[in-house]
Amino acid sequence: MTIKQVSVFVENRVGTLQEIMSLLASNNINLRAMSIADTADFGVLRLICDDPFRAQKLLEAEKCIVTINEVLGVALPDRPGTLENVLKILADNGYGLEYVYAFITHNQENAYIILRIEEVEENEKAEELLKANGIIVLNTCDVCQYSAE
Amino acid sequence: MERYFNPEIECADPSVLKEIQNERLVKTVKRVYENVPYYRAKMEASGITPEDIKSVDDLHKLPFVTKDDLREAYPYGLLAAPLSDCVRIQSTSGTTGKRVIAFYTQNDIDMWDTCCARAIVAAGGTKDDVVQVSYGYGLFTGGPGLNGGSHKLGSLTVPTSSGNTDRQIQLMCDLGSTILCCTPSYAEYLAESINEHGRRDDIKLKAGIFGAEAWSEEMRHDIEQKLGIKAYDIYGLTEICGPGVSFECSAQTGMHINEDNFIAEIINPNTGEVLPEGEKGELVFTCISKEAFPLIRYRTRDICVLKREKCSCGRTLIKMAKPMGRSDDMLIIRGVNVFPSQIETVLLNNGYEANYQIIVDRVNFSDTLEVVVEMTPEIFSDTVKHISAKEKELVAALKNMLGLSAKVTLVAPKTIARSEGKAVRIIDKRKI
Ligand SMILES: [Zn+2]
Repeated sequence: MTIKQVSVFVENRVGTLQEIMSLLASNNINLRAMSIADTADFGVLRLICDDPFRAQKLLEAEKCIVTINEVLGVALPDRPGTLENVLKILADNGYGLEYVYAFITHNQENAYIILRIEEVEENEKAEELLKANGIIVLNTCDVCQYSAE
Repeated sequence: MERYFNPEIECADPSVLKEIQNERLVKTVKRVYENVPYYRAKMEASGITPEDIKSVDDLHKLPFVTKDDLREAYPYGLLAAPLSDCVRIQSTSGTTGKRVIAFYTQNDIDMWDTCCARAIVAAGGTKDDVVQVSYGYGLFTGGPGLNGGSHKLGSLTVPTSSGNTDRQIQLMCDLGSTILCCTPSYAEYLAESINEHGRRDDIKLKAGIFGAEAWSEEMRHDIEQKLGIKAYDIYGLTEICGPGVSFECSAQTGMHINEDNFIAEIINPNTGEVLPEGEKGELVFTCISKEAFPLIRYRTRDICVLKREKCSCGRTLIKMAKPMGRSDDMLIIRGVNVFPSQIETVLLNNGYEANYQIIVDRVNFSDTLEVVVEMTPEIFSDTVKHISAKEKELVAALKNMLGLSAKVTLVAPKTIARSEGKAVRIIDKRKI
């Protein structure tokens, strides 16, 4: 059970991020995590939210380019070395990483991390691998619930 | 074995062709001077009389005719035959300004049909072929031109006109059409529909004659593969007669111009100076056998190259390259001629929309070229790496086509300004 991430193409123009946030907020879409990758010309805004498909529809109606893809989410005990452990498991098994980002929740015990492996089609296998190593793997519902606590 | 409709012309010794041209040019110039006040005034203004034109070598002395002249003389001002001798008009859609109306006498129609018959034969057609004409019929020259050529040759003509794709495919299968004539984009659409309907094995097409719009070599290969045919290019413009001004042969390396009817020149679009053979410039046509609407030194605005060489098909008629763009919007960047149409071709071939903006600037005494293009859902990805890879592919393809490095900027969809539906494509910031 992977997590659905909404990615949005954002132009390097003053106010684009604010416009997107305002659109989602006014439609009661709750953001759980966010990261932006940017180049000199444009950025890719990645969002984890409580209703990815509704977010996609809203954004597309505003002529945004949007794509939904699956990413891995893990809950890690909030102490040193736990992320390194996950990265090591993935690396040892030949999985390359495109990007990683973390997000904050009200849950005091665990930190939540989003991982995007290069081989998207192997998401499920990678998940099984993490689970077999005792890592807590999250799905979209988990993310919504946990962070809403 | 190569066949010809008029071998005595198509494979004539160049000196024989030149004799024909000399004689017909002198006659035509005399006729327009005597019959068309507009031409007489233009020639008088340049200090030229018909006596000054003794052969093709004197052609350069005559003034050009441009689209503005056609507009000014609309509709009858350039008519060189009595209206009672005219049997037909054809017309352009007139997207830039007023439409053009071209008049034809019966002899003009016969000449045009002959040009198109040569094109069909060059594409392997005989009187035993079934020629499906899926160009539009009506004011547009595409349908009537190829229809006339097919009649002239004696092939069975199937005048389906454009549209109603299911019926097109049905007739194509039922009648065993062997040659398809239409625009390349419609050929592409038909090819896809035929394959979708699973009817690829039911068609007997062997060749296609496609023209009236720009198309790339990639598109040619695609259509050829999808339909299992050889695809031939054909060129023409309503002002000169319509399709058949020039046509492709089995060599597929340029279009043979029907030089017994049309004299081609290449000029520098800025100075009007005639350029030597092989140089790139604006294509100019002079009609030398038409009666009703013989344009003299008509500037087509098409940028092109002419090449006279022994063609593997056996024809001696001069060849023109596929037009590379329009002189109206030619840009000179770092000394290189760049046409928006070239950029458009690259964008379409790489999965982008043909909505773009070209920004030319001068930084530190050197020209810069930036191509702004709208992001598409197909190219977008959640990783910058993938998008950048696509961007790099586009930069490489542009460099390959233009011989220039361009910067590519991706912008959000629907953000490139449009005026009257068309994008404002070129922004030249250079202060020259
Ligand atoms: Zn040839």
